[in-house]
Amino acid sequence: MKSNKNILSVLLNKRHKGRTISYTLVVAAWIILTVLQRGGHVSSLIAGLLVPITCYMVAALGLNLNVGISGELNLGQAGFMSVGAFTAVCISGYLAASIPAAPLRLAIALIGGAFVAVIFGLVIGIPVLKLQGDYLAIVTLAFGQIIKSIITNMYLGFDENGFQFSFVQNTTELAPGGKMLLNGPMGATGTQRIATFTAGVILVLIALMIIYNLIWSKSGRAIMAARDNRIAAELSGINITNTKMLSFVVSAGLAGAAGALYGLNYSTLVPNKFDFNTSILILVYVVLGGLGNMNGTMIATVVLVLLPELLRSLQDYRMLIYAVVLIVIMLITNNEHLKTWFKSIRSKQADSRKEAA
Amino acid sequence: MSREHILKVRGLGIDFGGLTAVNGLDLDVYEGEIVGLIGPNGAGKTTVFNMLTHVYKPSRGEIIFCGENIASKNIVETNKAGIARTFQNIRLFNNLSVLDNVRIGYHNTITYSPLTAVLRLPAFRKQEKEITEKSMELLKILGLGDQAEVIAGNLPYGAQRRLEIARALASGPKLLLLDEPAAGMNPQETGDLMDMIRFVRDHFKISVLLIEHDMKLVMGICERITVLNYGMLLAEGTPEDIQNNPEVIKAYLGE
Repeated sequence: MKSNKNILSVLLNKRHKGRTISYTLVVAAWIILTVLQRGGHVSSLIAGLLVPITCYMVAALGLNLNVGISGELNLGQAGFMSVGAFTAVCISGYLAASIPAAPLRLAIALIGGAFVAVIFGLVIGIPVLKLQGDYLAIVTLAFGQIIKSIITNMYLGFDENGFQFSFVQNTTELAPGGKMLLNGPMGATGTQRIATFTAGVILVLIALMIIYNLIWSKSGRAIMAARDNRIAAELSGINITNTKMLSFVVSAGLAGAAGALYGLNYSTLVPNKFDFNTSILILVYVVLGGLGNMNGTMIATVVLVLLPELLRSLQDYRMLIYAVVLIVIMLITNNEHLKTWFKSIRSKQADSRKEAA
Repeated sequence: MSREHILKVRGLGIDFGGLTAVNGLDLDVYEGEIVGLIGPNGAGKTTVFNMLTHVYKPSRGEIIFCGENIASKNIVETNKAGIARTFQNIRLFNNLSVLDNVRIGYHNTITYSPLTAVLRLPAFRKQEKEITEKSMELLKILGLGDQAEVIAGNLPYGAQRRLEIARALASGPKLLLLDEPAAGMNPQETGDLMDMIRFVRDHFKISVLLIEHDMKLVMGICERITVLNYGMLLAEGTPEDIQNNPEVIKAYLGE
């Protein structure tokens, strides 16, 4: 009985390890950067990137749940960010007068953005996730493009008489004191910048909590079982569609919240910001960090958001160097010799720990 | 001696396009029985298992399980009804630990919602502890107690077969279908497997239907045997009957 208990605690500790590293990394980064910022040691370039980094991080973590853990290719993460961003900007703009407290308004806008993204996730997921194969990749790819076109053609404003909406042509006629929330191709303008780095860090922590706690539960096991062997999973009583839906919708919701924070970090937000390239960029963060590896995703996001900015001095060669660095990292991380070398170090450490105990 | 039917198959058949793979099959399994399903290669044995578990949809016939016709149900409902199986070509969740493979077997006994899991509420902790302990028990019974943390894909072949049985038992079946459980095992391992199948039957009070080519195993533990040939029922009876049945000898050895 005693050995049984030992095994249980060992298993639990093992799981907590990766998780603890994640939380510690994020909190440590937050403390260090906040202290440095107070002391004025952070360049304005880096300071401006703090919130976007947390946004991409949350979107990438969500996508890793979908692509890494669930094994479904999703090429429309930017589309969900877009939905979340413009929803949040509208909510924040509408509530600006009635809720002056920025943190509360930010929270409501984030929840709203995530909620609407989840609804879109359900609408896309219900027909597509019943199918086997790569249909999700194709449909999410289309979704990203469609959502961009729709928002590019949307005009939304409000005055004391209520909302006015038009499509393609701007036919809204607002009374004096009214406010345009969406301006077609110009997107949302005049947004109050209420996003903060602290809010971003909290969002990352919430995303980590949702993902880790989901993975190490009944649902996470079902998601991974469906990925590893569909028939065996079904015969274990797992409903594949519902399972894949859960990971897809959680991923969409996190992208929505991430987009919401992103949108509220800029006074102007154009729909073109969330195009296919953004989706691919987020996918690159996930692939580079390692499928299913949340710490890797976070580190890859930081490196790959900073890299192009730090390479600005190289001017025309910037994207060339960026691509080369990307390829080199991929080659290195997939090198068998390096992998075995890392493994041997780890097993040595484990051995010495055993001897010590 | 009249025993209760656990499984009663009548006139079961399936066509793939114009090809009739199985036709007019009758099969009985009574409570607590170990029944063998044998036949030459390509006789349709695994196809029968696939129909019983609704991996394939039967074209015709009845599958009466515990008094209820389940022929039109789907694959997930089969599990809920109480049929579990292993596969001829092992189907484990290769990237998950041995323990997680078994815990997935308990999927439908867990009642907490995803939200409860995310918030790590007491219901989550209680149920996870419960099924982890139960899973460890099962792994011990199948001789995998020391390997709970190993990634399933890294297990040796024989252990993978036993893990499949553990996972199948975790869902609390009334009928366990074993598809060539002794494939690739040496005589020593096969002997252990026979003891284990008997023990599992008595301990969990289940019935077992098994496909096997190893005649020592089939004749050693099966109380009744059904023989398939070309998708049709060839013979049915006790091991002695089957061994002395001229039709069966002809099917296996030719004229």
